[in-house]
Amino acid sequence: MAEGKDPEKEKRKIKSVKKMKAIMTKYYKKAKLAWLTRKKIAWITSGGPVEPLIAMNIIPVYPENHGAMIGASKMGVDLCQKAEAMGYSSDLCSYARSDISCAPAKGGPIGGLPKPNMLICCNNICGTVLKWYEVQARYFNVPLFILDTPFCHTQFTQEARQYVKKQVEEYILFLEKVCKKKMDHDRMKEVGRLSVEAQRLWQAVLDTAQNRPAPLSAFDAFFHLALIVTLRGTRQAVDYYQELLAEMKQRVADGIGAIPNEKHRLLWDNLPIWYRTRWLSQKFAAADACLVADTYTSAWCGALQYIDENNFLESMAEGYSRIYLNIGIDEMARQVIQMIDKYKADGLVMHSNRSCKPYSFGQLDIQRIVREERGLPSLMIEADMVDERFFSESQIDTRIDAFMEVVRERKSGI
Amino acid sequence: MDTAGIDIGSITAKAALFRNGKIAATKLIFTGYNSEAAGEKLFAEILRDAGIAGAEKFKIVATGYGRASVSFADKAITEISCHAAGARYLNDKIRFIIDIGGQDSKAILLDEQGKVKNFVMNDKCAAGTGRFLEVMARALEINLDEFGTISGQAKNPSPISSLCTVFAESEVISLIAKGMAREDIIAGIHESIGARVAALAARAGLAKPAMITGGVAKNAGVVKALEKALGLTLEVSPHAQFAGAIGAAILAQNLS
Repeated sequence: MAEGKDPEKEKRKIKSVKKMKAIMTKYYKKAKLAWLTRKKIAWITSGGPVEPLIAMNIIPVYPENHGAMIGASKMGVDLCQKAEAMGYSSDLCSYARSDISCAPAKGGPIGGLPKPNMLICCNNICGTVLKWYEVQARYFNVPLFILDTPFCHTQFTQEARQYVKKQVEEYILFLEKVCKKKMDHDRMKEVGRLSVEAQRLWQAVLDTAQNRPAPLSAFDAFFHLALIVTLRGTRQAVDYYQELLAEMKQRVADGIGAIPNEKHRLLWDNLPIWYRTRWLSQKFAAADACLVADTYTSAWCGALQYIDENNFLESMAEGYSRIYLNIGIDEMARQVIQMIDKYKADGLVMHSNRSCKPYSFGQLDIQRIVREERGLPSLMIEADMVDERFFSESQIDTRIDAFMEVVRERKSGI
Repeated sequence: MDTAGIDIGSITAKAALFRNGKIAATKLIFTGYNSEAAGEKLFAEILRDAGIAGAEKFKIVATGYGRASVSFADKAITEISCHAAGARYLNDKIRFIIDIGGQDSKAILLDEQGKVKNFVMNDKCAAGTGRFLEVMARALEINLDEFGTISGQAKNPSPISSLCTVFAESEVISLIAKGMAREDIIAGIHESIGARVAALAARAGLAKPAMITGGVAKNAGVVKALEKALGLTLEVSPHAQFAGAIGAAILAQNLS
């Protein structure tokens, strides 16, 4: 139906999507064929320090990125049910459930992740990962390294710094032992610099949404995020985000927005609802609302201020400890308000995610603080990132409609 | 200008006709499984009852869960905005609305001008809704319309601790088995709803004067339990169940 293509829609399409898809396909192929190239595979948590792995020539694989793929391909319910049949509670995180059942079932969109040689677990994102990775370490019978990042209520103490730095040293020793080779520290420095560069570029990409109309929405960011999660520290990630940034700048120059008629700008909080991103993006676009920023995708560049690119390993302790999910609620609210001001948001949309307790706990307080400090309307959507059984379309539909009526009425009238 | 509001709820469908800025007629039918047919039947019947010919001159706003299925409406607006407009029509001082319908309970905070400032809806569960009461009425084999009167005779309301409708039903059945007085059980059910909805109201930011709308407003027992939990008086209009439809008809006046 080539002639049926809507030129308006074509104009709005982000061209880099194609390249991203190709990179990710190649990345997963390479990981799946690691047994041929004799490369080692490490499974690592999404907020974990990946740079030493890249420096050691280990392929990092992310069960959480895989979880997002499972959710987006609507295979979550089946895998979650399989985990429940194995005895796991339906209250357990749906990424954990789908990953745990995917391993023996070899299910999901890519037939399961390649078998790991080691597991790297950093608890800066949640406590669930500890037990989840222990389960997988037993299942695959491979060594597990745990990096424990203390919770940073307001600040990063000297004791915490020493504690995490010591563990970073142990992390390197662990990798050297598993790989039976020494780390090349020059290479590590280079990887650290590339990681910081990619994070800066990612932030710059997100920053372009300050423009009206925003050239990309949070729904686009959810997709383009994949590389900063999986391949930060590589030249490939830097090259890709340079290209994406150039495309965004061009869109701004050409006045091309993420949605056709941007009238309202909203901020999204929490993980995406992976199996409903299209439905949600169309729903908001139909109300002329663009989700211009979100707390989730910015988490992969939010700790940049604490990292010294010339001294990556040393400063990494702080950078990996002070991420969005490992700070106090007042600090989270402060960051949300900063984003509201920066992106000139007219409202806040919060996904109360049944799976992600550290992200969802405290949302009511953040909502109240935002209301008190900025007087902005906010919406709470109750759902789950992967398990579709917790999504109720007609209820969410009404809540979004009502919320948009409130946003509009504040400006003019229904 | 003649306007109509059609409120297709999960259990009942309500309509209100406005002529010269005043309520000319209201009507309620059961929604049934086909909300589109319910809307058409409801509108035809209310016009017939009121003896009005010429449906085409009416500006119509549809609201409620079935708002998108009313194909003859000029616009669909959510229950939140409609209940706000309806409550303000019934009393122009109202700053807070609690609407308890068939499958939803909502708390709506208004500013001085009557604009919606904040709203909170129940999470996706039947606790604290009309459906919860229906299930309990079935378990007790008592007509739901009698709930309010019967609970008025309670001496010692039985606490119902389960929030989940299904668990609460088994709890009620075990209370029946223990020989508890039915008025005490019903009063306990009402207090359970009161506590649930009061928490919702607190989240929205309670304000006075407050009004209760929706079908459950007809149940004096729930209203009393809710007033106790909130620590304030709730205004109940005889048109409470029609507040959404009335608000829809009012908002239809803005359509050009």
